[in-house]
Amino acid sequence: MIAQYGMSMSEARARASALYALDLDAPLIQQYFSYMSRMIRGDMGQSIRSPGVRVSWIILARLPWTLFTVGTGLILSCLIGVFLGTISAFRRDKWYEPIITGTSSIISAIPDFLIGIFLIIIFGIITWFGRSEPLIPIHSMRGTSTPGMSWDDGIFYLWDILVHGFLPITTYALAQIGMWVLLMKGSTTSTLNKDYVRLAEARGLKNSKIMSRYVSRNALLPIATEFAMRMGFILGGSLIIEQLFVYEGLGLELLNAVHNRDYPVMQGIFLVITSCIVFANLFAELLYGILDPRTRIRRSGSNDQN
Amino acid sequence: MTKTNQESKILTGKDYWLKKLKNAFRVITSDKIGLIGFFLLLIIIVISLLAPYVFPLDTRSDPTKIFQPPSEDHLLGTDHMGRDIWAQIANGGRNLLLLAVITAVISILIGIVLGTISPLIGGKFDEVLLFLADVWLTIPRFPLLVVLSGFFRLSSLVLALILAILSWAGLYRNIRSEVLSLKERDYLEAAEMLDLSMFHLIFKEITPNMMSFISLNFTLMMRHAIYAQVGLFFLGLLPMEVNWGVMLNIAWAQGAIYHPDATMFILAPAMAISLLILSLVWINRALENLFNPALRTDKSD
Repeated sequence: MIAQYGMSMSEARARASALYALDLDAPLIQQYFSYMSRMIRGDMGQSIRSPGVRVSWIILARLPWTLFTVGTGLILSCLIGVFLGTISAFRRDKWYEPIITGTSSIISAIPDFLIGIFLIIIFGIITWFGRSEPLIPIHSMRGTSTPGMSWDDGIFYLWDILVHGFLPITTYALAQIGMWVLLMKGSTTSTLNKDYVRLAEARGLKNSKIMSRYVSRNALLPIATEFAMRMGFILGGSLIIEQLFVYEGLGLELLNAVHNRDYPVMQGIFLVITSCIVFANLFAELLYGILDPRTRIRRSGSNDQN
Repeated sequence: MTKTNQESKILTGKDYWLKKLKNAFRVITSDKIGLIGFFLLLIIIVISLLAPYVFPLDTRSDPTKIFQPPSEDHLLGTDHMGRDIWAQIANGGRNLLLLAVITAVISILIGIVLGTISPLIGGKFDEVLLFLADVWLTIPRFPLLVVLSGFFRLSSLVLALILAILSWAGLYRNIRSEVLSLKERDYLEAAEMLDLSMFHLIFKEITPNMMSFISLNFTLMMRHAIYAQVGLFFLGLLPMEVNWGVMLNIAWAQGAIYHPDATMFILAPAMAISLLILSLVWINRALENLFNPALRTDKSD
């Protein structure tokens, strides 16, 4: 702070104590505890760049947008991916199976921000079918919504939000869909080879019943855990994509804070992202325990019943 | 005693090894995607190595040739300063690849040392390290890198080091579980009874037996390293040099996307990065098939 803003030592001290509401003459450990207790209560200090603005306000203003785009993308990609993965696992002799698997493995390998760039080039720059304009007017799609619009505009505002979120959501969805397809295909295939499925077939049960009762219930287990884990990690992945589409979410705010050396904001956002991951992990563990009773049995010492 | 035993096994098993080699060759050539990936990587490496001599960088700017579409003179057109893009593409992969390899080597080394020592020592040490790794895994890596680059000026080499250190936990856990399964083998018990040094145990006994596993993780690490580097370069958080990430950043900042003739400026590095990562992924998959016959049979049925 001293080096960057050209302040004297005492000025910097005064500033720091004001930002975090700390008593700098107290012992270090006491400062640390007072800082931590404030953090837990959601008070993350104030921004350096815009004094008087609380970090928690900034985060609360940005978080919903990131959650909206990232969450929608995650849910969409998971649904489509699970569907395609199940199909390709069941119809392994059909002509479209290698296409689905191949495309997914290629897409899942490409970094998400490159997918965003490709999307912009395909929809926003190249003009198709002899039209004079590209398919999507990307210049007017920056930000989370058109300036000046608010909830007062009702349904139009909702539509506006959807339009502005379209490209980021598509990017998130595309970036992950390949992973879901491959995961679902793998878990369904391994479930199909299990003895209890063979037995169900031998008993002459209907295909649809085998599918819903025996296969999908077990095949969806890893999907559910992965989904819960992803929820945490994806907030971190939104950084580059929000920068790409100038979407004013948490990631873009973190980047701005880094560029402006706004340390309290950086800390606050990083803390939020990390706690999201921790909670998502906890959720995944709990979910697995609920969905798969076998793990509970296994812990008490009995054998794997597969 | 053990030595003669081993020798006789190898001698009588000569046909066995020959068969195994043939088998490996068959698998490699039958895996077309892996082969494509391998050649792709080879081409990228060769171009990167030859580029300074064959396609020297255009260092002079030429205002009359700004944002030209691809032509005979300029295979991929020119950038915002009238410089040839193909030369930049050809030269831009070298540092990325080098840093990715450095990152992978360092992180694998850390992973091997921690991942083997911890189960060998066992007890409290093992438990604490495992707990630390679990905690570490919850730290989001890319945002942390972004935040770190706000606090420090990262040079490329420092970045490689930080990337390697940041990814210790996943590798440590993988290698640890692998070592745990190796630990019960006779040769390790024998080595331990002979009171050989830890160094010998790790690098002479365990590591050679995990080569397949390590090579798998190597390509994986390279992939992560490239992703993180390119991302940081694209965000403009690292010092500028000639590489694909920086090209993307400059093309983006110069508004190349709003210039229909300049699409190549942004498309070319994006394609180059995608191809590099794809080649690594395909090689990784081929290696997996090669080392894990169980997967192979699973896929063919």
